[in-house]
Amino acid sequence: MKDVLIDLRNITKSFDGTMVLDDLNLSVKENEFVTLLGPSGCGKTTTLRIIGGFVTPDQGQVIFEGKDITSLPPNKRPVNTVFQKYALFPHMDVAENIAFGLRIKGKSKQYIRDKISYALKLVNLDGYEHRQVTSLSGGQQQRIAIARAIVNEPRVLLLDEPLGALDLKLRQDMQYELIRLKNELGITFIYVTHDQEEALTMSDTIVVMNQGYIQQMGTPEDIYNEPENAFVADFIGDSNLLDGMMIEDKLVEVLGARFACVDTGFGTMQPVDVVIRPEDVELVSPGEGTIDGVVSHLIFKGVHYEMEVTARGFEWLVHSTACFPVGTEVGIRVDPFNIQIMNKPVDDDEKAVGNGEMD
Amino acid sequence: MKWTRKLLAGPYLIWMAGFILIPLGLIFYYGLTDSSGAFTLENIMAITDPQRANSLWRALKLALISTVICLAAAYPLAMILKRIAKNRSSLIVFIFVLPMWMNFLLRTMAWQVLLDRNGVINNVLGFFHLPRLNIINTQTAIIFGMVYNFLPFMVLPLYNVLMKIGNDVVEAAYDLGATKVQTFFHVILPLSVPGIISGITMVFVPALTTFVISNLLGGGMILLIGNVIEQEFTFTSNWHLGSGLSLVLMVFILISMALIAKYDKEGEGGAF
Ligand SMILES: Nc1ncnc2c1ncn2[C@@H]1O[C@H](COP(=O)(O)OP(=O)(O)OP(=O)(O)O)[C@@H](O)[C@H]1O
Ligand SMILES: [Mg+2]
Repeated sequence: MKDVLIDLRNITKSFDGTMVLDDLNLSVKENEFVTLLGPSGCGKTTTLRIIGGFVTPDQGQVIFEGKDITSLPPNKRPVNTVFQKYALFPHMDVAENIAFGLRIKGKSKQYIRDKISYALKLVNLDGYEHRQVTSLSGGQQQRIAIARAIVNEPRVLLLDEPLGALDLKLRQDMQYELIRLKNELGITFIYVTHDQEEALTMSDTIVVMNQGYIQQMGTPEDIYNEPENAFVADFIGDSNLLDGMMIEDKLVEVLGARFACVDTGFGTMQPVDVVIRPEDVELVSPGEGTIDGVVSHLIFKGVHYEMEVTARGFEWLVHSTACFPVGTEVGIRVDPFNIQIMNKPVDDDEKAVGNGEMD
Repeated sequence: MKWTRKLLAGPYLIWMAGFILIPLGLIFYYGLTDSSGAFTLENIMAITDPQRANSLWRALKLALISTVICLAAAYPLAMILKRIAKNRSSLIVFIFVLPMWMNFLLRTMAWQVLLDRNGVINNVLGFFHLPRLNIINTQTAIIFGMVYNFLPFMVLPLYNVLMKIGNDVVEAAYDLGATKVQTFFHVILPLSVPGIISGITMVFVPALTTFVISNLLGGGMILLIGNVIEQEFTFTSNWHLGSGLSLVLMVFILISMALIAKYDKEGEGGAF
């Protein structure tokens, strides 16, 4: 088991009377790639800035390797940040930008020179030492920002939507670069994004946040396959989110039809949320599935077709490699294993808290 | 198409010709000729006269001192204004600029009254049995007047350039281990150099050429090069000599600008 590196304990923060983080607890292990994922305004940046030392929490502690660093200023923390807008120093060239932290620490000229060329190699910008940072493209600036942070050998690298401003292709390239970097450097990454695909691709652990609460924390597979509540299911990937009624163990009623499932322990005749991923909906001949419907939309997406099937008043989102033209009558079948059952939130507060975070 | 574009530039060309080139040409013409219209360098060489050379030297000295004081006072002020403006109150900035909307002459004359030996300030000081202030008609009073009048011209460019420095680069510097002081010297100060340069220019040049402030607060006893030139144009009506001395002053202004520009270039990238 790896050691816990950073521990956020009961962090509470409000701005102008609005609660942004409410009793947040989060542990990050050494050498982990943790992603904070959530919709805009849910408090991801605030969490990151609390770790970086730019925001002081109203309550709670930031523990680093067992030491309380809550009141330590940013320049004394063993973490470095890659800012969303790069924040390179425009009056310095590439080498001077990268050297900044090392010069502050009074490292020798030779050490600094070696570090610069090492870091530039690492981010694939060999020979860019004396370019003006303002003359670089967005992706290049981003990589310089990363180089500037990693030469200081931080224990933790904080990245706030570092790829947000890049186009799709560059973003995908940079995702691989970042994973490679993390593996080569062996440092802990805490990464903020609102792009769920990015989170699924890169992370060891995903922390799904909403309205200042952690909704679910787990591996990308866990988060995708076993969402703990409707918010997570809805936010991660496309999904069909339905109201259901648990008839008994392993049997759920949805839209008046009974589906076999594998979940137990939800009681009998209990209202539940049901999630079915679009790729798990099988289209068969009418009558052969659990319910029948009609294809109402069809879009070619490259890898698969995306269809909408109207069945019993619900628009089912379906991904399939087979093509069913609009108007086709189809049957809908779902493998019991692919039906995800979740408790309905009792009230608004619990809706935000989700499972697992209540004491 | 091309032709109409050229036409649009017309008013500006006329403006430039009428208000910049022609007056400049006339200064050159008068400065380099004598009353008979013959070419001469006498008007230029007139600066070597000890009294005139002294007035130029004095003007350079006072302008330099005022500029340094303005810079020293304006920089912290601009930083404070920036902090206040962040809390969305540009009112303070507005209040600060407000005096600039009042007539320059009036403001300086007001100080003449305030600083007078029997003026308001000395009456107040006397009332509290404090020592009197005898600065009217001294170089100190002139410096005071220059600083008072030109300070906003230093503050505004500094304020503008400081406002443009994003909080993100400042945070980046902290993040990389810099203290507040190191952040100031390695990031904020170098990034504000353009504002410093334009502030210096906007204070030094008018301070070097002023004759109103020295007239009013120097009591007509302390002559700056501006006063000397003014007298040639008004009292003695010797436009040739006045223009010649103006040309000399212009050369000094150009030299100081070149020095500043050179320093600016050297300062670049010299963050450490
Ligand atoms: N300095 C601040 N002053 C006032 N309110 C703030 C401040 N910083 C953040 N907030 C508020 O806190 C909430 C959370 O902000 P935060 O920046 O953490 O969101 P985020 O999850 O990073 O969102 P995004 O994906 O849009 O960047 C927002 O409602 C924001 O308006
Ligand atoms: Mg953010």
